Amino acid sequence: MKKIHVTTKVNGDEVEFLCPPEETLLDALRDRLGFSGAKEGCGTGDCGACSVTLNGRLVCSCLVLGAEAEGAEISTVEGLAHGGELHPLQQSFIDNAALQCGICTPGILVAAKALLERNPDPSDSEIRYWLAGNLCRCTGYDKIIKAVKIAAAEMRGETA
Amino acid sequence: MNKITREKGQFKVVGTRVKRPDGIDKVTGRAQYGADLVVPGMLTGAILRSPHAHATINSIDTSEALALPGVKAVVTRADFAALDDDEMIDIADNCLARDKVLYHGHAVAGVAAKDAQTARKALKLIKVDYTPLPHVTDVDAAMKPGAPVVQSGRQEENVQPEHSENVTGYCEFGHGDVEAGFAKADHIIERDFKTAAAHQGYIEPHACLASMTNDGKADLWCCTQGQFNVRSLCSAILDMEASQLRVTASEIGGGFGGKTTVFIEPVALALSRKSGRPVKIVMTRDEVFRATGPTVSSSSTVKIGMTKDGRITAAHAKFRYQGGAFPCATYSFGAQAAFAAYDLEAVKSEGWNALTNRPKEAAYRAPGAPMAIYAVESVVDELTQHFGLDPLEVRLKNAARENTKAAYGPTFDQIGLVATLEAAQKHPHYSAPLGENQGRGVSCGFWFNFGGNTCVTMNLNDDGTVGITEGNPDIGGSRASISMMAAEELGIPYSDVRTIIADTSSLGHNDVTDGSRVTFAVGLATIEAARDAIRKMCGRVAKIWGIDEDAVIWEDGYAKPSGPNAGDFEPMSIKEIAAISSNTGGPIAGHYEVNADGAGVSFGVHLADVEVDPETGYTQVIRYTVFQDAGKAVHPDYVEGQMQGGAVQGIGWALNEEYIYGEDGVLQNAGFLDYRVPVASDLPEIDTVILEIPNPGHPYGVRGVGETSIVPPLAALSNAVSRAAGVRLHELPMSPPKILKAITDRG
Repeated sequence: MKKIHVTTKVNGDEVEFLCPPEETLLDALRDRLGFSGAKEGCGTGDCGACSVTLNGRLVCSCLVLGAEAEGAEISTVEGLAHGGELHPLQQSFIDNAALQCGICTPGILVAAKALLERNPDPSDSEIRYWLAGNLCRCTGYDKIIKAVKIAAAEMRGETA
Repeated sequence: MNKITREKGQFKVVGTRVKRPDGIDKVTGRAQYGADLVVPGMLTGAILRSPHAHATINSIDTSEALALPGVKAVVTRADFAALDDDEMIDIADNCLARDKVLYHGHAVAGVAAKDAQTARKALKLIKVDYTPLPHVTDVDAAMKPGAPVVQSGRQEENVQPEHSENVTGYCEFGHGDVEAGFAKADHIIERDFKTAAAHQGYIEPHACLASMTNDGKADLWCCTQGQFNVRSLCSAILDMEASQLRVTASEIGGGFGGKTTVFIEPVALALSRKSGRPVKIVMTRDEVFRATGPTVSSSSTVKIGMTKDGRITAAHAKFRYQGGAFPCATYSFGAQAAFAAYDLEAVKSEGWNALTNRPKEAAYRAPGAPMAIYAVESVVDELTQHFGLDPLEVRLKNAARENTKAAYGPTFDQIGLVATLEAAQKHPHYSAPLGENQGRGVSCGFWFNFGGNTCVTMNLNDDGTVGITEGNPDIGGSRASISMMAAEELGIPYSDVRTIIADTSSLGHNDVTDGSRVTFAVGLATIEAARDAIRKMCGRVAKIWGIDEDAVIWEDGYAKPSGPNAGDFEPMSIKEIAAISSNTGGPIAGHYEVNADGAGVSFGVHLADVEVDPETGYTQVIRYTVFQDAGKAVHPDYVEGQMQGGAVQGIGWALNEEYIYGEDGVLQNAGFLDYRVPVASDLPEIDTVILEIPNPGHPYGVRGVGETSIVPPLAALSNAVSRAAGVRLHELPMSPPKILKAITDRG
């Protein structure tokens, strides 16, 4: 079958790619556009390592087709930092040792950012339920939850 | 021998919470993992896997697949070298089946094609003629005479004749007169236990990129816990000289022991050799579950006698493990670890390994120990309940201490079990009130820890900063810890050191990142490499000053005269020494190589509070605290991370995780939806208390900390659930239906 031509925006920049109709957005991002920050941990939407936002909505990019990105705005982990300055979540994950191997980190950062945009002051429980779709096998989640809370407080201007 | 040269109060960098050097790459998506490398001309590889649990391969016809446009190569076991070592043959047979397929999902052939779609199409065109054979997946069934034989001729001589040919090994440890010990007991409890196979569950599937040229040189990029081991295995399987195969370890997305061997790497190399192109293979999650990992499943019997005041008089355990279709030694680790926490007069611990039609077991964090200690700690807890004694008091009364002769042979050096138990006793968690349907469980845990072959190079840069070259993939922050130890020894800031993980052509052999060995052994070698460089720097300065080398000492990053008699010289900083090194003899580097011993065993104690819903059997963990002896904690955040991560893996194993096989021998839950690892909303905070009992085998007293933490949760949870539900559980995982049935049966 002929490939589909897709025009979309990734992290604010317009990009184009050709993909077969069955290709996932994750594969298109990784293999055609070079955004390899999103990871494939399962390919079935169970691990969240491929999390990106599509028109502001948090999705598993392994469950979205590349063709569905036509005309959309996509945000990936590569778009979190501004220039050399890390997003408060990124800085908090480093400062609070919220990552070990780091393979789940891009997905968790994208998901956590989406949470804080909806709820700037989430409780521990709200963070735990929001991130329940992002598997981490290294940390036991404890330091991740704390890092999100600390970043949220900073983004609200409550801490230095 | 006590090697400690720096103690509490003397550390400037070690013990602080610096930022990891790989942090920014990992939070920005820049870090390159196994599947992230792309090279020009790359083909996509894919693996054909067995649809049978057990079958003879009569023939493999690859002609149609090869004829498909875009297919560049197909390989089978015949493309591997002839091997004569049993262990190597097993590894090769697991990568591509030889005469039989031994489990559902066993690799049979590999394809390289222009893209993934073509590779997948080609797999369907490979014709394999199978004769299905009877299969067995349960350990007890596999041990019975008359069971389907997975592989014949693999039994060791000491296996008792009453077992089937699947039983490959037997071991026995212990001391004292067990029968006399049981005679002294006021009460004896004997119970049978079962634990399910659990997968390491690393989020990154196995991935590699192999590139071989027709002069026989090859480069291999892969996610592994040990690039040198990958080189040894692949060069043997491909009949290459080690010098011609350069293996580079990518960033690794979790391993936990599961990435200590090879699966797809030799296949990718063989495909690259045949196609003349680079070949990348990335496993799917389904393949990861069906054909890599998991740990063993177990069946065990534990009998312990106790006096009414809580002293254990005798203990006898039998551990039956299955580690899949190939022999493994995990049963022996379990039998040895089982009673390590106790000072016993009479103890016997036996182990057996059985072959089954399941994937080849891979190491999983303290391999073999969690299931053995689960059974032991469950019986100890039941005895404690029987006599109405305090669980921590009983454990303290029987605890192994310095000079205790361990059940597995050695006499312990300085160990931290008593300190750990006392810390648990004093912690507010232990005295907090419990509500209705809630229970508190306690368990000790133990792991041997390992040192092993290690070499490290330290290079002094011309601006006085330092590069450390080491050979162990960083799976938990070890680059930070290694840099910290180098900075500490040299007396320079952490930010002046950068540690990199070398490929196999850039450094001598290093054993795999396993056995909690890296911070201990690589740390030790780093400190010694720094000392080697310090000796050289002092030598250069001695020449400049015209005094004996012995008269120059190193302090806080400066070479100084050793005292007034050495002469009056202005101390020279590492930066000054580096700047003029070309005038004093050339570049300065330190090196150290060692087969490190003295790793120092590790103990932990976990407290778990659970609430069991009597209507559904669902267990909620409501409070959890980990106490562990870390020796000197180099980076406390990362030590806590190991304690928390291991605890949660153990919680998953205790409550949810299991390999479920159908009657057809097919794994029924090969995905993260049905093989349910803990998610954030399942868990409470995991509180941590680090104890620092120095390990005399390391200059800074460091012990490995990575594995012990997965050991106690199994029994801690089972003891908590049993107390909450008012009925003893003897099988893992304690899924809601099992707990509900136990509650219903209790009446």
